Amino acid sequence: MSDLQSGAPQALKRTPLYDLHVELGAKLVPFAGYEMPVQYPSGITTEHLHTRKAAGLFDVSHMGQVRIDGEGREAALETLVPTDVAAIPEGGVKYSLFTNDQGGILDDLMISNAGDNLYLVVNAACKDQDIPLLRSALSPQQSLSEIDDHALIALQGPKAVGVLSRFAPSLARMPFMTTTMVDLAGLWCRASRSGYTGEDGFEISVPVDGALEFARTLLADEDVEPIGLGARDTLRLEAGLPLYGNDLDGTTTPNEAGLLWAVSKSRRETGGYPGADVIRAQITEGAPRKRVGLKPEGRAPVRGGAEVIDGEGRKLGLVTSGGYSPSLGGPVAMAYMERTEALAGDQVFALVRGKPLPCTIVKLPFVQQNYYRG
Amino acid sequence: MSELKFSEEHEWILIEGDVATVGITDHAQEQLGEIVYVETPEVGSEVNKNDDTGVVESVKAASEVFAPLTGEIIEVNEALADNPQKVNDDPMGDGWFFKMKIADTGELEGLMDEAAYKSFVAGS
Repeated sequence: MSDLQSGAPQALKRTPLYDLHVELGAKLVPFAGYEMPVQYPSGITTEHLHTRKAAGLFDVSHMGQVRIDGEGREAALETLVPTDVAAIPEGGVKYSLFTNDQGGILDDLMISNAGDNLYLVVNAACKDQDIPLLRSALSPQQSLSEIDDHALIALQGPKAVGVLSRFAPSLARMPFMTTTMVDLAGLWCRASRSGYTGEDGFEISVPVDGALEFARTLLADEDVEPIGLGARDTLRLEAGLPLYGNDLDGTTTPNEAGLLWAVSKSRRETGGYPGADVIRAQITEGAPRKRVGLKPEGRAPVRGGAEVIDGEGRKLGLVTSGGYSPSLGGPVAMAYMERTEALAGDQVFALVRGKPLPCTIVKLPFVQQNYYRG
Repeated sequence: MSELKFSEEHEWILIEGDVATVGITDHAQEQLGEIVYVETPEVGSEVNKNDDTGVVESVKAASEVFAPLTGEIIEVNEALADNPQKVNDDPMGDGWFFKMKIADTGELEGLMDEAAYKSFVAGS
């Protein structure tokens, strides 16, 4: 047996919900510099299926929450991202990307127009590079602050809205990808209807002082169970959502990743963000690669790093994420393929431990997304 | 007369005469979590101690299974192909992986007894 985890090293940070994870019997692992729950005693499959049918509570406080204040903040941010930030209405949330000069992706993020400021959520593993990058784009009229006095709790699944509406009925009417300030159990929170599971749900920025008690209150609801990073990964994989560092990196363009919808129409013409020329050219000429789904035959999981080949052994691409899908009861994977070979329905092979395993190319997502559009 | 031994790779080895039955320990299955796939070696294959002889995959990750001894694989647990969760449910029983004919009984010296394995796990 290889790869059994041993104890976590010392220097890891803890989120405001750490004591709750311990109390709930979570298995804690190092992740992006934090000691995070990978699963609770019920296990990844049970947690996953619970989120698909009821509501799962995720501690995502390791992610970077940032606010940008000051006149001209939209234009400043637009120098880094392909989103028409100025066009986001108050209370609107947009999925976006920091790009590099080659059109590659430095990180993905959420941008909210919070009225008198922009509220951003960036990946935990990238925040130490994103924040200096953001600062470099600001002029003296603007300022950036890290929101480290707020935890971030996601409540995801078809019953999330029912659970939260008991605290604030107005939340039920919010469409997906909108945000508002709201009183939840006596705490002044930012609630955004968004998530990373393919389900309806909310991400709630909660003052640190009340965060643990708030999580406990939500968990007291019979519809809510705590969910770890293990199920967060299987949920997002089934929903076809890319994971930064696996499925997206500095060599992947939005075109290749199937994320052109995150490049605002107006900015495809006007550019003014890093790599705009590359992204524009790939819109016209087509990107060299394309992100697709793979459905392996049989039971063996196909994981990130496996080569995709054709029947003659010619390399066609690379698997970037893969594993077991609890909803489908079998393996699923995402791969980047040569665009001309990335045809849904075609059979290819993934090389796993030297053996070619037959896989069918499929359209993403594997499991239908269930967002509330209002 | 049978004897139960353990390896540092978290395998149990039940020795009956010159045949060893091999599986992963309760501690190992608990650490791995829900097992979704097991690949057993081919019957008839000759393996050396510490060779890769299979794979056990949980929802989270793939882990190699190493041969605890040198010898010939004489039987594998075919039931694991369709029911890998047997490894979680009964790691020391129905969840066995393979049986091998022991080539060199001298290698048994390098394995731990149950008490030694327990303190090995406690100290790891």
